[in-house]
Parts: sequence; C-alpha cells; structure tokens
Amino acid sequence: MNTKTTIKCFDEMRTDEGRVRDIYQTYAHWMSQLPEGTLERKSAEAELLFRRLGITFAVYGETSGAERLIPFDIVPRIFGSTEWQRLQVGIKQRVKALNAFLHDIYHDQEIIKAGIISARQVLDNELYCKAMQGIDLPNQVYAHIAGIDLVRVAEDDFYVLEDNLRTPSGVSYMLENRNTMMRLFPELFANHLVEPVEHYPQMLLDTLREAAPVNVSNPTIVVMTPGSYNSAYFEHAFLASQMGVELVEGQDLFVHKQKVYMYTTEGPQQVHVIYRRVDDDFLDPLAFRPDSALGVPGLLEAYRSGNVSLANGVGTGVADDKSTYLYVPEMIRFYLGEAPLLSNVPTWRLSESEDLKYVLAHLPELVVKEVQGSGGYGMLVGPTSSKEEIETYKQRILSEPDNFIAQPTLALSTCPTMVEAGVAPRHVDLRPFVLSGKEIRLVPGGLTRVALREGSLVVNSSQGGGTKDTWVLED
Amino acid sequence: MLARTADNLFWMARHIERAENTARVLDVAHRSALLPLDIEGAEAYLWYAPLNITGCAASYEVKYGLARADSVTHYMALDPDNPSSIYSCLKLARENARAVRGAITSEMWEVINSTWLELNRMTWNMDNEKFPDFFEWVKDRSHMFRGVTLGTILKDVALSFIKLGTFLERADNTARILDVKYHILLPSVNDVGGAADYYQWGSVLRSVSAFEAYRKVYRDVISPLRVAELLILRDDMPRSLHACMNEVEAALIDINGSSGREARRLAGEQHAAIHFGLIEDVFSQGLHEYLTEFLAHIALLGREIRDAYMSRRNHFEQPVATVRRTALQMQ
Repeated sequence: MNTKTTIKCFDEMRTDEGRVRDIYQTYAHWMSQLPEGTLERKSAEAELLFRRLGITFAVYGETSGAERLIPFDIVPRIFGSTEWQRLQVGIKQRVKALNAFLHDIYHDQEIIKAGIISARQVLDNELYCKAMQGIDLPNQVYAHIAGIDLVRVAEDDFYVLEDNLRTPSGVSYMLENRNTMMRLFPELFANHLVEPVEHYPQMLLDTLREAAPVNVSNPTIVVMTPGSYNSAYFEHAFLASQMGVELVEGQDLFVHKQKVYMYTTEGPQQVHVIYRRVDDDFLDPLAFRPDSALGVPGLLEAYRSGNVSLANGVGTGVADDKSTYLYVPEMIRFYLGEAPLLSNVPTWRLSESEDLKYVLAHLPELVVKEVQGSGGYGMLVGPTSSKEEIETYKQRILSEPDNFIAQPTLALSTCPTMVEAGVAPRHVDLRPFVLSGKEIRLVPGGLTRVALREGSLVVNSSQGGGTKDTWVLED
Repeated sequence: MLARTADNLFWMARHIERAENTARVLDVAHRSALLPLDIEGAEAYLWYAPLNITGCAASYEVKYGLARADSVTHYMALDPDNPSSIYSCLKLARENARAVRGAITSEMWEVINSTWLELNRMTWNMDNEKFPDFFEWVKDRSHMFRGVTLGTILKDVALSFIKLGTFLERADNTARILDVKYHILLPSVNDVGGAADYYQWGSVLRSVSAFEAYRKVYRDVISPLRVAELLILRDDMPRSLHACMNEVEAALIDINGSSGREARRLAGEQHAAIHFGLIEDVFSQGLHEYLTEFLAHIALLGREIRDAYMSRRNHFEQPVATVRRTALQMQ
C-alpha cells in the first residue's frame, strides 16, 4: 500500500533552501548543542510522566477498558506573535459569526429569509433542535467552548478544516503538554519567552460564570461526564479539579420544579451551570433518546425555563455539520458585515450531481468525509488509500451521496518531530480552543496534533496521531 | 460533597481494607494447616473457618462442595466470580477510585492503580508455597495505601469518608475473626486450655497482628478472656473494636452537617457501650452472642451512613424523617 504523499508542503522550521526560519533559530541552535541521545532520553521520560499521571484515553472499538497514551512529541511547534495575532482575530471572527448564526436560526431566521442558506439545509438538518426555537440564552452564546481546526498550507495561508461546536476535547493535552515541557526542559523556557497557556481553566471558569442564568450572582458550576469509561474521562476529571468544581454524572443530578439539583452529602444543592461533555442525544431521556442512562430526566425543560445553563448549548451541531461549514464565510459577511479573515477549504457537496460526478472521477486525489462524522472515523484519504479501499468507499458514497463531502488533499505543513530515525518533518494541524462568554477569549496557541507516520495526513488521536506543545513567541 | 463521591470514597477504602483482612485470614489458615489436628475431617473443618469469616461459605459450596485447602484459597484470593475475593476487592477499589480521580490525590491513585496492574501480571495458577508471599504483598499494598492517604490528602470530608469505610470494615472483620474461634471450638470443647487451644487463640492474635502486643500488655500465657479484652475493649490496639469505633465516631463528628444525625447517634451509642464495657459482661452474655449483636449494630450503622450521605434520593419527594423510621424498623 502506498502510504506516502508526494505533495509539496510547507516546512514550518526550514525554508526550501534549508535555512532555519527566524522563529525557530534559538530552538535549532539549542538542539544542535545537545549531547547525543538527549532527546531520546527526554522522550522516554515524558512517556513515563504521562503514564504515571494516568493521562490516558480509551479507543472505541478496542477491547473494553484499554487505556492508551496519546503519543507526545517533545519538539515544540512554534508560532511568531505577529502571525498568531492575525490568526486569533480570524478565529474570533469566525466563532462570533457561528454564535450569531445559531441565535438567528433559533429565532428570526434572517439568514434564510435573505436567501443565503436554504431552509432545507438548516431546518431539515437532523441536528437542528426544534425545542430550542425562541429560547433566549445568556449573552446569546450557544457554543461557549469551540475548537476550530486549522491547517497551514503556506507561510500565510491557513484553512479552517472544521468547526467543533459540540463537545470539543483535547484541551487537557494542551495544558499537560506545556506542563511536561516545562518539567523536561526548564532551560528552554529560560531562553524563550513562551506565551503562557496555564490560565485556561481560569478563563473557562470565567466563561462558565458568565453563562449563568441572568439573576444568579454566585452560580454553582459543575462538569458533567458520561462516566469513567468515556474516552475523554481523564480530561473531564482534570478540568473539574483545575476549576475546583464537582465532576458529576447524570445519576448525580435530578430536576425538581424545573430546577436542577445535585445529590450531596448535605442534601440537594441547586446547580446553575453545567459544562456538559455529554452529547445532546443523551442529555435527557424524556426529550431525546429514551434509552439514555447518562442523562437527567427533565433537564431540557429546566434548561428551556432558563433555570440552568448548559455549555455548550443544545442544538449547536447544526452549525458545525460539514455541510453547513460551506456557508460560514457567508455568515461572517451577513452577521458581521466583514470579509472573512480565514478561508474555508474548497469543498464539493456530493448531494449536487455535478460535484458528485467530478469527485467520483477523482477519488485518488481527494479526501472524502461523512457530513456528520468526527474524529477521523470513516474518512477516505485518496492519495494514501489502496485501489480496493477506494472502490469500497465508492460504493458507500453511491448508496447515500448526500452524506458525504469531498475536499482536495491539502498539503498540510510539517514540523520537526521525534521519530525512530531521529528528528524528521511530520504533518500537523492546530486546534485552538475558543471561549465565548461576555467576550471571546483564547489562550495563545492551542493543541497541535501531528501525524506520526511518515507522509500520513491524518492527525486524529484515534488514528495514531500524537500531540505537541504549541508555542507563541515574541517575534 | 457529591453523594456519589462520598459513596465511591467509602467503598474504595472498604474494599482495600477487606482485601487486607481476607489476606490475613487466609494467611493464618495456611499456618494453622501446618499444625497436626487429630479430629475427623480436620481439613474441611479448618478451611470452613475462613469461608465463615468472610461470609462466603454458601457460594463456595455451590461451586466446590467440601472445603479444601487449595480450592478455598483460590476462591477467596483470586476467583473473579467471588465478589469478596481479594481479586474482586482490589478491582472494585480501583473502579471506585477511578470514578473519583479528582477527589483523591494522584499518589493515592498511583498506589491503587499499580496494585491492580501488578495483580494482573501475577500468575493465575499460584501454588501453595507462593501464597504466603502473596498475602504479604496484599497487606503491604494496603499499608502503603493508608500511609499515602494520610501523607497526601487534605484533611477534609473526603478523608472522613475514607476513614468511615476503613474502620467500619475493620471492625466488622475483627469481630468476625474473633467469632470464628467459636466455630472452630464447637466440636472440641475438651481442648480448652490444651495445646490446640493455645495455637488457635494464638492464630487469632496473629491474624490481626496482635500477637506481640498481647505479650507486651499481659506478659502471660494466652487466655481467651484476655484475647477478647485486647481485641474488643482496648482502644490502644489498632485493630480492636474499640479503636475502630473511636475512629468511626470521630469521622462522623468531623463530617458533621445537617444530615446524618441518626448515624452519629448510633455510632455514639455503640462507642459508649464499648468504651464503658467490661470483659466479664461480654463473657456472661456469651462471646458469640456479643459479637453477633455487635455485627448487627455496625451493619445498621453502615446502612444509616449510606442513607444519610450517599443515597440519591429526591429529598423533595420523600421527607427524610420517614426514611429514618424505616431504617430503624429494620432492626
């Protein structure tokens, strides 16, 4: 099987002539002075640290209870503060427009009336939640926590790969990666002015406070997890303890007279804000899936009554759906009257027969994704797939073309990465975590994911990707 | 604190303690098996004791029939089908700990987690000679867990629930270990005062690490009255019923709060009875009867603690008072 891509891509550390770019100069110099074997030793130390702390995730489909480490790469990815500043403005703009879109489609639906997006695209979408119509949320924020996945294809060219507005995860890795880097390489932080990310939990707590129902001055906030067998349980427990709030499961909560309470050793205590890491479908067995044992009966009614806030809000999935993604640049123009600062990846909709025809003819060059898929599951990367894999996938597309979109195979930028043979370039993406409350906040950088296999373009942890610490440096 | 968190902490501690006590009981049974016993069916006889102490004789018989050294040991130490085997206890301790990762320290988690991982690396067909080492290992891990807990955790309500679990379980176990003497003694009353009796009481002391303490305190031959006094009434003996009730009562007072008045009352009552109790009265009531009553009391106390702090009951729909009354009627 051909696992390599031959596409020309942007190397973030070196220019085409092999010169180290300015922002990596100090780091490259430091690395060149290291005694033989230092990086290998530090790499092993890092793995030990992660295992001892139990920073693990579960992989769906593997034998039950298998806990694995996400590989951590000890070479940092570096951005200059000027380029980060530019990115950050674009990210905030995008999230602002997405929240405006969500408010609009659950209220006056101006964007549909203006003919920019069809009623069918929005209202017939499975993820559109009719129960949210006419419900007013504090600060009109729906996606309090958003993960915007970015890829870089050239010095100044970034694309948004997808928006994650439901329950984006990975922020604990961003924090633990920095923590680990500071323990392993204190001297690096002495000669680099790396912008800090450690205050993320405090910013998250501020954001959740601002999400509280309007008349509550000192809200009780909790993190809600599906339980200790969930793949991201470590992160849920981590964020709860970093914020100093309770980590609850559905069974710890109940609804009485449209208010939500948790069972405590002191009797019931009212809860005002739930940072829930449980999908919409499982939140409330009375309103959604009746077989859900993870949820709280009556939660949706309490939420609709405004007695409790959920972060993220219910029904945000309609805006991060891969078919809605196409319209985000239009949303930015429509709601903010601004030109979009970040571009979308050109996308073919296989529901359109012209697009479908083109895509079927060019499958070996393209990436095809399910409209509602996530986590890198069920996608086709044409250039790295065998003939048989492409043929099988083709049959899946043909049976339900509306379920798929296709994009050109992007030449994801590469960063130096520790691999068995030493330090070599590997493809990366970036997920900054964007917090929306009374204002929009984000810490500098985000989570860099790296495809550890040579030539691989799939960075998802469930597909063998790793992570890196992400630095923003004064330039 | 979340009711479920209290529940998980309580059971995490309880299962660790239970694993340790099962290891103690089995360890002593292994030693006793080395002594000559000249009664009919001695082996079965001896090996019912550990089954009786841990209350799993009935489920054992369904699976194996007559008590035999190897099958009893395997059943109580390593059998995943036995919910109170050492294996099951360490598994449940870890599951409870994992559910409250945020409420315990990372050092505590590391001890529990590595114990579980190590247990799973061990051989499943352990032969008889290896078991004593295994029992030592279980005790060591339990000691380590308690040491790490006291050395790292904030002294707040979480610690109180951990202590409740530890000491209720320990009280329960010490009472059962003492009581088993009654089971062993029955058919051979003639032996009282004889060599077998000496070894039997000696092994009771050993199983709760009290052999040396006995020597220190009494400097005399082993007598049933003194063994019972040491393990029931003396509060300076860390595994005695009195010492356990001291800790249970103190933990309940530390938790305080609006819930749990009945639990505090029950614990106070039991504590007072033991604090002012006389060993002569224990024996005139009958040791077995006394211990049976004690076990019933702390079982009730355990239920009361669960109802007061750990239940997920909708307080708005069911007034607290009626629940208390039901609990009392269960006596």
